[in-house]
Formats: sequence, structure tokens, C-alpha cells
Amino acid sequence: MVRYKSKSGKERFILGSIYVFLITLCAIWLIPFIYLVFQAFRGESTAMVTYVIPKEWSLRNFEILLTETKFLQWYFNTLVIALANAVLQTIIVLCVAYALSRMRFKGRRFIMNAMLVLGMFPGFLSMIATYFILKLFGLTSENSVPGLILIYAASSGMGYYIAKGFFDTIPKSLDEAARIDGASRSRVFFRIIMPMAKPIIIYTIMMAFIAPWGDFMYASLISFGHEDAYNVAVGLYKWLDKEHINSYFTIFCAGGLFVSVPITALFMSLQKYYVEGVTGGAVKG
Amino acid sequence: MKKLSELEYLGLSPSKRFGYDFSVFLRNLPVKLSGFLKKIPLGLWRIVLTVTGFLKELGGIFIKGDFKTRTSFFVMGFGQLFRHQVGRGIIFLLMEIIFIGFMVFFGFGYLSDMGSLGEVAVERTINEYGLEILTYKDNSLKILLYGVLTIFFIIGFIYTWVINVKQNGTAQKLIEQGIRPKGFKADIKSLADEQYYKTLLAVPLLGIVVFTVIPIFFMILIAFTNYDYSHLPPEKLFDWVGFENFRTMLSTDISGSGKFAYTFREILIWTLIWALVATFSNYFLGMFVAICINRKGIRFKKVFRTILVMTIAVPQFVSLLLVSKMFADEGIVNSFLLSLGAITEKIGWLSTPNLAKIMVLVINLWVGIPYLMLIATGVLMNIPADLYESAKIDGASGIRQFTKITLPYMLFVTGPYLLTSFTANINNFNVIYLLTGGRPKTLAYEGGAGSTDLLITWLYTMTVTNNDYKLAAVIGILVFIVVAAISLVVYNLSPAIKNEEDFQ
Repeated sequence: MVRYKSKSGKERFILGSIYVFLITLCAIWLIPFIYLVFQAFRGESTAMVTYVIPKEWSLRNFEILLTETKFLQWYFNTLVIALANAVLQTIIVLCVAYALSRMRFKGRRFIMNAMLVLGMFPGFLSMIATYFILKLFGLTSENSVPGLILIYAASSGMGYYIAKGFFDTIPKSLDEAARIDGASRSRVFFRIIMPMAKPIIIYTIMMAFIAPWGDFMYASLISFGHEDAYNVAVGLYKWLDKEHINSYFTIFCAGGLFVSVPITALFMSLQKYYVEGVTGGAVKG
Repeated sequence: MKKLSELEYLGLSPSKRFGYDFSVFLRNLPVKLSGFLKKIPLGLWRIVLTVTGFLKELGGIFIKGDFKTRTSFFVMGFGQLFRHQVGRGIIFLLMEIIFIGFMVFFGFGYLSDMGSLGEVAVERTINEYGLEILTYKDNSLKILLYGVLTIFFIIGFIYTWVINVKQNGTAQKLIEQGIRPKGFKADIKSLADEQYYKTLLAVPLLGIVVFTVIPIFFMILIAFTNYDYSHLPPEKLFDWVGFENFRTMLSTDISGSGKFAYTFREILIWTLIWALVATFSNYFLGMFVAICINRKGIRFKKVFRTILVMTIAVPQFVSLLLVSKMFADEGIVNSFLLSLGAITEKIGWLSTPNLAKIMVLVINLWVGIPYLMLIATGVLMNIPADLYESAKIDGASGIRQFTKITLPYMLFVTGPYLLTSFTANINNFNVIYLLTGGRPKTLAYEGGAGSTDLLITWLYTMTVTNNDYKLAAVIGILVFIVVAAISLVVYNLSPAIKNEEDFQ
């Protein structure tokens, strides 16, 4: 503790106030989650109440959630969408990013500019037409799970920026050396770039897996009115409207916990890749 | 304002530099615009030249072409079939057959109805038992959508036709020179090598065209029709109305029928304020938190970081919906404050117009600070430590170090991010929709809009709740114009974004 004694009073005051600030901050950040847990385990009444700490702890909310509601079906839907999306979106993003980063061809700039401009249209604008196109294929309402997989995958090509930024940092001389040795472009892609791109692959898979769990906008429109085809976000959202909130509030919390815990655990365990992805992406633009 | 030399420019502080850039941009705007306008005839002339050149090329191929090439103008793939390119030939032939089949059985009918969008929606006939029978005839929505699909199909077909003709031309020339044109195997091989980008991009681009480009094109067309709740197919038809919807939305007369224009203006202003405040408050506070956590002598860095990052991990529909319930009139925050005696009556955190606006901005900090904390941490660690060392030796205070080293570095590196997060905030659906749903509603607004509605959430209400598609489409287009204009200005101000190859 000698180290600390050498610090001046001013320095110690600054450190102290930073600690106070950070601890307050963490408390504020944690309150909603603590509240969520308390409500999920509350035994008495399913409505909103005026106190935080439950009078009776129980697992009844989970019991209702899993047996009396369609929650498991929604959970399964979302899981299927998330897994499929993780595979498809990753493949598509890597393909687009590689092509635009490593190859020079006619129309490349045009494609990049077009995607930039398309990205400026609010996503929801195209939803109505997308809905009817999906309907043409019979992929709405009760079939909205494959429908959602299709539209997530179809538009994922536009999110290539971060992966491209990563590929841009791999020296081009590597490709050229391999090309001189007679490797084809596809061989370079699979044998040289892919093994080096592990962080960005993990990042893309992670984001593609997590995104469908939180999507409300698209899912609510595509699966409109068909409870069996809801994802968790749409299903749980309905429980908080005026007619349902009194009988479902704590069950919503239980459901929220059920969704959040695995996602959060996954996210935390892969946090390193996420940080690399967002910082790299932010820096590269 | 006089023009500065390079050296004088570099001597300015970052904020002054930005001001200078901005004024230069504004001053150059008229010149640039007139330059752009002057370029239009030139550009048109160039287009004419390319088109005629292109037609000449095709004509040349036809004139010089032998029997096989000429037949290929009408029967696609004919030449290829007889020039050792059977694989290509079959593909082209199949495409033509599919196209003709598509046009005859599907496309042509819809395309010819595009002008009127249908004549009769429902035909009422009385059957032999005296009951009324409804037969749905024309569906404007289907006509428009399938018409658009057909147009894209035709464009795609013309493109393949041109490729077909050009290939014939080259193949013929090669044979005249005594070279055997590439076979199917070589084509496949090339798709894995020099033309690998085609393999990689084919499926993603097809997806984007079908599920992004066509829908956007369709919605732009919707903005010029009267498709709304009183013109819902299949019972009713809708029709082209020209620019009327834009007039409704942008009229300057804001009394009576101009209420839409008034609502639009108010919501646009709030959207811009929201995007500006949300972006910069998150940016600076996130940076501040990152600096605090990374400060030398602070322990448990990882614990602090992990707790903050949890808000990113937990799906927003859980966390934001919960927070919105906590701040509801009957929510836990009000009851807690009441029991403490801090307030005597319930505060409408999210139900009083102005307070709700402040609250969504504050709650958005809760969502946004962790992101910025992560990004800033990454960037801060990259700032060379010796910069700070030498600043310390020169006696620079902590604040001075921040404004002279940390801030310029951060701004330089995260400039592009600021732009993208600004435009993302303009379209930030989740935070507003899940927190307030645009509420509190006010009677001053038209179209079901509320005080905290952004353009994007208003767009959602307009389509899903109000079925007012025509005006929703107009809003969507206007959002695009706003975002595009801002991006254009920022792009012009920051040269760093443009030079893509610099990074490699």
C-alpha cells in the first residue's frame, strides 16, 4: 500500500470521485435488470405492484410461461430463425465483403455506392412490398419463420462494411503471392483469407444469431395475427398492452429473463470479438 | 472570409477548422450547384453518345455477323450452341424460353394494366338463387407490384440479351482468327478464379434486388397513388394522383387541410433534434465514462465494463419495455418516489409531452453509453502514450490534455462512426417505439402521430395502424432525402471518408 500513500491528496480525491461516479453509474445500469429478476420470481399477483422486493418468492411465473402459454413455440421459432440466420448471413456477408475488398472489377464502385444509397432509405419503407413479395411465395402468416429467414438473409448483403474493413487490413501481398503460385481466387478465399478472418467470422455469426431475438418491426408485420408464428419479441410485446398487462406482467418478466440469460451469456463469453468488431467498424466507417 | 493557405489552415484549432470547412462548403455551394447544372447537358450528351455507340456496336455485330450470330439476335444461345459452347447456349436458350413464357402468361397482362391500375375491382352478379355473388377482378396492388416485378424482369432480360449478342460477336471473331472459344469447363473454372466475384455476389445481389430494390421502387411509386384506407384492394381500386401527396405533406398552409404539413414539420424538427442530441450526448458521455474507467489507478475495470455492456447484450424489447413500464404513470418509479415523500403526486414521465422527450433522450443514454464506452476504450488505447508523457512534461493540465490530444484524436478516428450513428438515430425505431410508442398523442397532430414520434415511428403507425400507405411512402421518401442530404454535406466536409484505398 506504499504506492497509494505516495499519491497526492488531489489525486486521491479525483480517484475517489471517479469511484463514486462509476459505482452510481453501475447501480443505475443494474436497476432494471434487478427489477426484472425480482418481478420474474414474484409469487403474489401477476400485475404491476408498487414495491420492488417480492413478498413471496416462487417459480410459478415460469410454470405458467412454459405450460399455459405459447412461449415455448415462440422461443423455438426464434431459435430456428437465429440459427439459420447465423449460417446464411455469415456466408453472405463474408462473400460480399471478400469480393468488394479483394477484387477489382467493373461495377464495383457502383455496387458500393448503390448499397450506400439504399441504406439511406428507412428499412420499414420497403416492408409493405416485401410483405406482398413474401406472400407471393406463401411465406407470411403461418409460414413466417422461413419468410423471416429469407428476408433477413436477403438484405444482409448490405451489412458488409465491418467485414470488408477487416479484410482491407489483411495485406494484399498475401493474395498475390498465392496467385503467383497458381492458386485460384476461390482457393485464396478459403485457404488464406478465411483462416485469418476468425475474429470477424465469430463476430458476424454472433451478431447474426443475436439480432433476430430483438427484431420486432419486421416480425410483427410478417407474422401479423398468427400466434403460432410469432417470435419472442412480438409474443412478449403483446403481454404488456392494456388488456393483458395485469395478468401477464410478471410472466413477461419471466419470459424476458428466459430470453436474456442465454443471449447475455453468449454475448459476454464472446465479448472480445464484439469489441474488436465494433471498434474496428467504427474506426473504418 | 479570405481563403487560407494550407499552413494557416493547419494552424487552426479543430473547431475553427471545422467552421472554416463549413463556410467554404457553403460558399462553394452555389458554384458547385451551377457546375452540376451545367454538367447535366454534358452528361445527357454523353449518355446519348454511349447509347448510340452501344447500338452501333450491336449493329456492327449484326452486319458483320454470319448466319449463326444473326440468328442469335432472335434465338438466344443459337450461336453458342454451334460454336463448342453448348453449356452457355443451353442456358441462354432456357432464359429466353422462360422469359417468353413469363411475359405471355404473367407479365404482359400486368404491365399493360400499369397505366390504369385496373378498371373494375369487384363485379356483382346475381346467381340463379337470387343471391349476390362477388367476383374480385382487378387488384391495383397486385397490378402495381407484379408490374414492377415485370419491369425488373425485362431489364434483366435485356441485360442477358446484350451479353448473348456480344458473346456471339467475340466468339465469331475468335473463330475467324482460328482460335477455339472457351468451353463450358473453362467458364466454370473462370467463375472460381478471375470472375470469382460473380460467384460471390450473385446470390447476395439477387437478394438485395428482390427484397430491397424492388420494394423501395414499389413504395416510391405508391407515393404517387392514392392507396390508403379508403382505397384498399381487393374491394376498391387505387389510382395515380401525381404529386398530390407531396403537396399535402409539404404545403405551407398549415391550417385546416394543412395539418399534415404541420405535423410533418414538427416531427421532422424533433427527429433532427433527437438525432443530434442523442448522437452527441452518447458520444461525449460515453467517452467520459471510458476515460474514467481507463484512468490509471482505477481498479475493477473489467467489472465496471461488464456491467455496462449488459445493456447491449439483453435484447432491447426486454430492457426497454421494462424501463418504459418502470416510468409509466403507475410504474415503480412513481410509487417509489411517492412512498419516499419526494413527490406528492404522480409525475407523467412518459406521458407529458416535453418531459417524455427529455426522458427518451435520457433513457437513450442508458442504451448508448455502453457502445460508445467500448468504442472509445478501443480508440483510447491506441493513442500513443508518449503524447501524454510529453504533454505532462510541458505542464499541460488534464483538461488541456483532453482538448488537445484525446478529443482531436477521437474525432479524427471516429468521424465516420459519428455520421453513421447520426443517420441510424434518425431511423431509431426501437428506442422510441418500445419506450413510448410515439405517445403521448396530441390532437394538434394528424395521422395518429404523438409528441415523441420520429419520422420512422410515424411511418410505422401510418402503415400498420392507419393503413395510410400513400402518405407513409411520402414520409419514407422525405426521410431518405433528409438522410441523403446530411450525409452528402458531411461527406463533403470530411475528405478522410472518401479515400477508401488509403486504408489498404
